[in-house]
Amino acid sequence: MFKVLRDLLRYNREFLIGFILTASLVIYASLHFFSPYDNTAIYLLPPDMPPSPDYWLGTTSRGQDIFWQISAALWNTMTFGITVTVISRMLALTMGMISGYIGGRGDRVLMTINDTLIALPNLPILLLVYFVMREQMNWAILAVVTACLSWNYDARIIRSVALSLRQREFTRHAVYAGMSMPQVLVRQHMPYVMPIVFFTAMNNLIFAIGIEVTLAVLGFIDLNRPTIGGMINWANQHQAIVAGVWWWIAFPIIAIVLLFLGLFLLAISINEYIDPRSRLARMGG
Amino acid sequence: MLTTAEAEQRTGTVLEVKNLKAYYQMNYFGVQREVRAVDDITLSIKRNEVYGIAGESSSGKSSLIKTIAGAINPPLRVVDGSVKFDFDGNFVDVYGEPGSMNSARWRHLSYIMQGSMNVLNPVRRVKRSFEDFAFEHMGLSKAEFWPRVRQHLEKLGLNPNVLEAYPHQLSGGMRQRLTIALATVCEPEFIIADEPTTALDVLVQQDVLGLIKDVQERMGSSIIFVTHDMTVHAAIADRIGIVYAGRLVEEGPSIDIFRRPQHPYTAHLISSLPRLGDPKRRQALAGKPPNLADPPPACRFHPRCPLAIDKCKTDNPPLVARETGRVACWRAGEVEVS
Amino acid sequence: MSKLLELDQVTKTFQIGGLLDRATLQAVKGVSFDIDDAKAEIFTIVGESGSGKTTIAKMILGNEVPTTGTIRFEGRDVTTVRKRRDRLDFMKRVQPIFQNPFEAFNPLTPIDLFLFTTAKQFCGAKTRAEQESQADKALQHVGLSLAEIKGRYSHELSGGQLQRIAVARALIPEPKLIVADEPVSMVDASLRMSIVNLFQHLRDDLGVSIIYITHDLATAYYISDRVIIMHRGDVVEAGNAQEVLDNPKHEYSTALKNAVLPPDPERASAALRHRRAERQAERA
Repeated sequence: MFKVLRDLLRYNREFLIGFILTASLVIYASLHFFSPYDNTAIYLLPPDMPPSPDYWLGTTSRGQDIFWQISAALWNTMTFGITVTVISRMLALTMGMISGYIGGRGDRVLMTINDTLIALPNLPILLLVYFVMREQMNWAILAVVTACLSWNYDARIIRSVALSLRQREFTRHAVYAGMSMPQVLVRQHMPYVMPIVFFTAMNNLIFAIGIEVTLAVLGFIDLNRPTIGGMINWANQHQAIVAGVWWWIAFPIIAIVLLFLGLFLLAISINEYIDPRSRLARMGG
Repeated sequence: MLTTAEAEQRTGTVLEVKNLKAYYQMNYFGVQREVRAVDDITLSIKRNEVYGIAGESSSGKSSLIKTIAGAINPPLRVVDGSVKFDFDGNFVDVYGEPGSMNSARWRHLSYIMQGSMNVLNPVRRVKRSFEDFAFEHMGLSKAEFWPRVRQHLEKLGLNPNVLEAYPHQLSGGMRQRLTIALATVCEPEFIIADEPTTALDVLVQQDVLGLIKDVQERMGSSIIFVTHDMTVHAAIADRIGIVYAGRLVEEGPSIDIFRRPQHPYTAHLISSLPRLGDPKRRQALAGKPPNLADPPPACRFHPRCPLAIDKCKTDNPPLVARETGRVACWRAGEVEVS
Repeated sequence: MSKLLELDQVTKTFQIGGLLDRATLQAVKGVSFDIDDAKAEIFTIVGESGSGKTTIAKMILGNEVPTTGTIRFEGRDVTTVRKRRDRLDFMKRVQPIFQNPFEAFNPLTPIDLFLFTTAKQFCGAKTRAEQESQADKALQHVGLSLAEIKGRYSHELSGGQLQRIAVARALIPEPKLIVADEPVSMVDASLRMSIVNLFQHLRDDLGVSIIYITHDLATAYYISDRVIIMHRGDVVEAGNAQEVLDNPKHEYSTALKNAVLPPDPERASAALRHRRAERQAERA
């Protein structure tokens, strides 16, 4: 594991940049545990202060320090995005691989479910869930619902690879070696599917964070808990741009763009590394 | 098209390969590898000749013909040596002047591959594939082009009406014959055939070989014919070169290669062929083909050679001329063929 | 005498085409043969592509269901073998070998994993040491040893070696029957004999019967006891391998035999010339 990391850092520029970027953002986000202020409290500081040595990234019109707000918001947004991604990748992986492997009627049933979900509009469903749940609604439930709405396309892509893997002779050999379906899927097919999982994970993460921002901007999630979307929502409500408090909008956006960039670079370089063709080339195939 | 008499008169050398070395040089995340796929090969091919190249898979025979055709991409690189063609006075130095091969392809040189029937676009009529591939290279107007194509097909014994068909309506053998017709419509002087009959059914194989021979005789072209199947070489090749681990180990007229092989590897290839009507037990060669990234020192065949002596492990035998061919072995000619 | 395998008037019909132009394809038309339990033999099915030989292999292995007729293995209809427990018992008795040795093992996992899993599933070898000894025993039969292949990946080995390892893997459960579908067609000619000789060893020394499916008459002649020649789903000729191939009676088997190129330049080029002259005459 350590050797892989060292090789990637040494020979892959994208990985190096992505790694530094993501690592610094993660460190920055985890700093909020040591924040001098309660990050849900308001009017603790003088409002609308521009960036200065006292308040590095300025303060909001609600009297909060933007540096510490972003730190907490990044943490929450990342947790949300990663939770959605992990759950939806697991769903896509299981459904896609099983569907492709069993084929025939089972495949048709699973893919009908899948295609029906694709046809459903995401945002109205989320709003519906929000109105039904109301009081019980929290970020974890939102994450689960978002995950359930975002695995379908990727399950189809994974299924197409699984279908072709099923036809390969080594799969038949594995069956005659007495391997059960889970063993064949996990040990034999997974390495071929992982690059897709990694690559779609990036899209999915962007989608999840986008959903959170959208819902926050519309005011449909708990706005007191700092998130990147929530910050933009508050800034809008206070007409930050018109009032000239540009730092309230600019810094959260820069933070989220850097996060996307870092994760994207990591995803593509890890992808290149675990891609079966590149792996075989390194092994001497 | 040449008359038969003209075709037979073509003599002289069409291809000269000198000390050709082509290596795969790779670097993946710090893992560096060099594979010597073509290691110091010298050979020449005369006009009007079918030259067979035999060898196991991963012996470097495919890399060799790709290098000859000038169709190589990194990580495969030519490290040393030259490949020179003489197409009836048109000289092409493939690695001397970059790009010189581009104009020669199709007009002078064409390539027939295993499974090349798949070049026919499955959703378009066969004639569209002919148009896509050959029209530009012929330098003819449409009015002249189609009669030429039909005439060419007729000469090869194919019904020109198949041009109107879709590929899936034709059998695999017919598709393979059509692609051979397609590859030869410009009447190239030089044809490279890479395992063109390997994926075909037994009954079709002879027809395809026959067609290749027809084309060759009619146009007086030279062919490099690559296959691991020695019986195909027996049927079609005038001379055969045996490639082992990136090197040419023996070369000679087919009849000598089959009846009086000098190199132990050649002898093994011949004597291990099963024959109808002869259930005599035949031995397989021990060991495995060498890994080209880490070949054995000196003579690369010595770990599997039944005749190996100490000298084989320390000194690489040079390829030396014999009465009728060339052989690279310290114990050349000592082997018995059963 | 009891039978190891019996095929009784087996046919297989495939539906091809979409909703609008349905057509049926008779891949196998009423094929019957059986293999004796007491005496191991190499039973060869010769045919070109589209002859139905691979469909027969799939039906014997239970991967396709015959449209009509029955296939019985040790008296039991193979279509009734459906539960996982039953499948495992069946696979312990019948093992396959496929065409492409380079595809036989997952390129991304070490080869020995397949051997160890087979030993674990079929021979109850629980510890790694037991699995290793089972694998090594099977590899010895094919002229290899575990030390040579331990931790190796498929790209590090030659086609001939991989195919022998595939045979070794199939041998671990000590099956009664091996179904080999074109096992040498992707193997270099120089390594072919190592596989073919191995089949003889399995028959003679281990008592394993082999269904050898091929289009190559020369190796069929070399190793088979009995042969059937198939053409478009029909068996056109059957019997003792050397008798059938020395004196084929049916038109198609004769054509197949004549299509085999002799391994000698003079005779082979004469055969090719003859064929071209025939074609020329047909055209004229």
